[in-house]
Formats: sequence, structure tokens, C-alpha cells
Amino acid sequence: MILDCLVTPFSNNAFMLNALLAGVLVSIACGIVGTFVVLRGLAFIGDALAHGVLPGVAIAMLLGLPGMLGAAVGALGMIFGIGFITRRSNLSSDTAIGLLFVGMLALGVAIVSRSHAFSGDLVRILFGEILGIRTSELVTQLAATLVIAALAVACHRPFLLLCFSPEQAEVSGFPPRRYHAIMLLMIALTVVVSFRTVGTLLVFGMLLAPAASAALFSRKIITMVLSASGIGAGSVYAGLLASYHFNIAAGAAITLSASVVFFLLLALRQLLPPLGAAR
Amino acid sequence: MTASVEARGLGVGYQGETVVADIGFTLEPGQLLALVGSNGSGKTTLLKTIAGLLPPTGGAIEVFGGKPLSRPAGVAYMGQFHPTSFMLPLRVHDVVSMARFARHGLFGRLSAADRRAVQEAMAVMGVEQLSHAPLNALSGGQRQRVFLAQAFARDADLILLDEPAANLDGAARGIYRRHLRALTKTGRSVIIATHDIDEAAECDRTMLLAHRVVAYGVSAEILTQKAILSTFGMVGKYQEGGIVIVEREHAHDDCQDH
Repeated sequence: MILDCLVTPFSNNAFMLNALLAGVLVSIACGIVGTFVVLRGLAFIGDALAHGVLPGVAIAMLLGLPGMLGAAVGALGMIFGIGFITRRSNLSSDTAIGLLFVGMLALGVAIVSRSHAFSGDLVRILFGEILGIRTSELVTQLAATLVIAALAVACHRPFLLLCFSPEQAEVSGFPPRRYHAIMLLMIALTVVVSFRTVGTLLVFGMLLAPAASAALFSRKIITMVLSASGIGAGSVYAGLLASYHFNIAAGAAITLSASVVFFLLLALRQLLPPLGAAR
Repeated sequence: MTASVEARGLGVGYQGETVVADIGFTLEPGQLLALVGSNGSGKTTLLKTIAGLLPPTGGAIEVFGGKPLSRPAGVAYMGQFHPTSFMLPLRVHDVVSMARFARHGLFGRLSAADRRAVQEAMAVMGVEQLSHAPLNALSGGQRQRVFLAQAFARDADLILLDEPAANLDGAARGIYRRHLRALTKTGRSVIIATHDIDEAAECDRTMLLAHRVVAYGVSAEILTQKAILSTFGMVGKYQEGGIVIVEREHAHDDCQDH
């Protein structure tokens, strides 16, 4: 009976199995990238990138082009926009990011409002369609996850130094601007390939919540990456089950699960002694 | 022999604004130089310019006959750290091991020699037993010893240290100062930025900074009451029960601060 509840939804329904596979791939990508987002305090940039793709997706939809292409253009626009405003004005990067963020979000909603199916399109972009994932999209998701994993392995030294101190990265021969840009591109790639699955709004939750949960208990960055990916995959499984059995929106259920895990672990953390009492 | 650092008419500052102009000095291999001044005097700015973290605002600077940053493995730099960055899930051993990345780039494997250099640096600074401790569980003094171990583990020919004695207790200061001397005896050059006149007095050369070069030369010759007065705006000495300010710039009247 319990096994039926836990396994049958996936074994009897191809769309649920596809959703699980896509969700696990999103979790791995978000676990890798989210670790650096959390450790480097890039949450606001992650949020802005997640929402900045909206106008690109909306324009692509209106023109009948693939949404992912529009998302990629939107994400690149955000990265260059943030860099341009930060360099050319005395504003803090937070202000620059915030201005672009609301501007792009408003532009996206304005464009989508021209569509005949305004609310349906907007909900699809913001919350994804994990239950409608096709096999070809799984392949794209797998390829993107492999690229992100390969970049993380290749750049693990400069990324570690960037997290520790950008100055140390620079004096060690790893230019911080170059590797910061690679990190932003990895966030953008994650957002672009994941928005179909969990939506632009919820991909941000998947970037942050599992990595933040892992940060509470991890002593090494590799442990944090693996834990974040595992927590994300567990949240996808729990969210899809909740969606199936209680008829609630799948994307929201997944992100809600990830957030609940974070708050449970945070509560547990308060009850345990601090990590490594070396003082 | 190529000088470790050579500055000619060097201007240092931020975003094109010069903080200190017309700096000239040559640091030979095996020399220990102290940059001394009060907060904002330009010593950190100069240290960062030598490290290649800031572009010069004028003049020329050469490190081992080339541009700063042209030999990452040959230069170790320890900046001032801020506690906000200590949520990182890193152990002491991981932090010290980062020093060896400059020698191997993106993909080169760390060798037995690298592991030995890391172990030796941790042993010198007395953090061997903390090897597996998380960085964010350490006290300020323990962290400072870890960061010094990281700088020493690079096994660099030029070592740049910003306020290296901050947070260190007396014993740790003694250890680190003896190690600096041992390094210079093997031909390594060291530059430290410090407020501490006693520390500067132990260095071969001192540069006194106060938005300008007040004095530069052999430490024993230039650490005079007059030069210190020009650098800090006051001169003090220890007496029983407290510090006595023996002279202030402008006022020139003796008074006591406890």
C-alpha cells in the first residue's frame, strides 16, 4: 500500500517518470551552481537572472521561436546589463541589479499581456510545466547539466579562491572577473534550461533552498554540492508525489518541499552543537 | 641580480586618485621592508599595487624585473580579512592548500612536495592540530595564523603581508617574526604593512607613509622621533602604567594618555 503510493505514480505514468528525471537533472545543476550562489552571496543576481529571462521568453513565444532561445538572449542581456550599469555608474551593484530586475520583469509581463492567453502563458513561464516534459527536453537538460558539471570541475580552483577571497584568486593567477563571468554564465545556463521544468520563479528557489540547507551542515564544498543536489532531488520526488496525490501544482510543491527541508534543518541545527568546536 | 621589487616615481591610489605619489625604492632578495603609517596613510594601497591588485596611478613598478602578477607562484600575498567571508565550509588544511594552486593552474595535480610545503607551513604557525577544523570555528588569532601559514605555504620569493601581527598573541608574534628572519636568510624578500614601530625596527628597511613618503631607509637610521612625529602626528613611549605621549605634532606639549 505504502509502496504503491511511493512508486506507482512513477512506474505507471510516463509523464511522472519524465518529470522525476527532469527534476533530478535540474537538482544536480542547481546543486552545483546554487552552492556558489550561496557561498558568494549572489542570491540577488540569481533572482534577477531568473526573472530577467521573462521578456526574452515572451518575445520568443510571440514570434513562435523556441522559449529556450529567448531565455538565453534574456539572460545574456541581464549579465551585460548588470556589468554595464555597475561599471558606468556610481550605484552599488545591488541597485543596478534591482533596477534591471524590475524593469525586465515589467517588460516581460507587458509583452506577455499582448498574448491572447495571457494568464496561461505567464503561469507557464513563471511556474514551469514539469508534468509536460518531453524526452527531447530531457536530453537538452542532461546536456546542460553535464556542461555545468564539467565547468565546475574545470574551474573548481578559481571558484574556491573566489569564494575565499577574490584578491587571492587574482594573485594566484586566476583573474576574478573572468571566473565571475563564467559563474554568471553557469547560473544563466541553469535558469535557461530549467525554466521549462520548474519555471523562472521556482528555479530561483531550487538554486537557493537546497544549497542553503547543505551549507548548514557541510564542512567541505564538495560535500555541500553533493548534499545540495541530493536535497534537491529528494524535494523533486516529494513534491511530485504531493502533486500527484493531493492535486497541487507540481512546480510549487517541489520548491515548497525544498524550502520546508531548509527550515527543518535550520531548526535541527539549533539543537546540535556547532560544527567542530576548535576554539 | 634582479631586484625583487623596484619602484620609480610610483604613484598609488584608487580609481585614478593618487593616495601616495613619487615612491621610489629597490628591494633586493633577502631584504625585509616595513611599510609604516597610520590608518589611510597608503601602506595597504602600496602593498596591493606591488601585488598587482591595483594599477599604479603614475611611475613604474617592477616585480622580479616584470609586471606585477607576471609570476603568481613567486609572490605570496596576505590581505586583511573580514569576518563576513567565514561562512565558507572550508577546513584549515583546505585554506592552506590553496596557496599551491598558483603553481599548478587549473588542472595540475598537487604533488608530494606541495603536501610537504602545506604541512611545514602549518607546523611553523602551530596550526597542525587544527588541520581538520572548520575555518569558521576558529578564533581571530587562530585564523590569522592559518592565513600566515597560507602565505608561507606558497614558498614564494616575495611575501607581502598586510597587518600580519593583527590578533596574534605574544608567542605567535615571536614565532612568525623568527620565521620571517629565517625566510630572508634563504633569499626571500618580505614586505609587511604595520602600525607597529617595534616590528618595523626589526626589519632591514622601513618606509614611513602619511599620504607621502615621510622617510625611507635603514630602519635603525630613519625611525627617529621626528620622523615618527611626522608619520603619526604624535610620538609615544611606554612608562609604568600606560603610554606617555611625549610629543604631538603642532601642539608640542607633553601630556599623558592612559
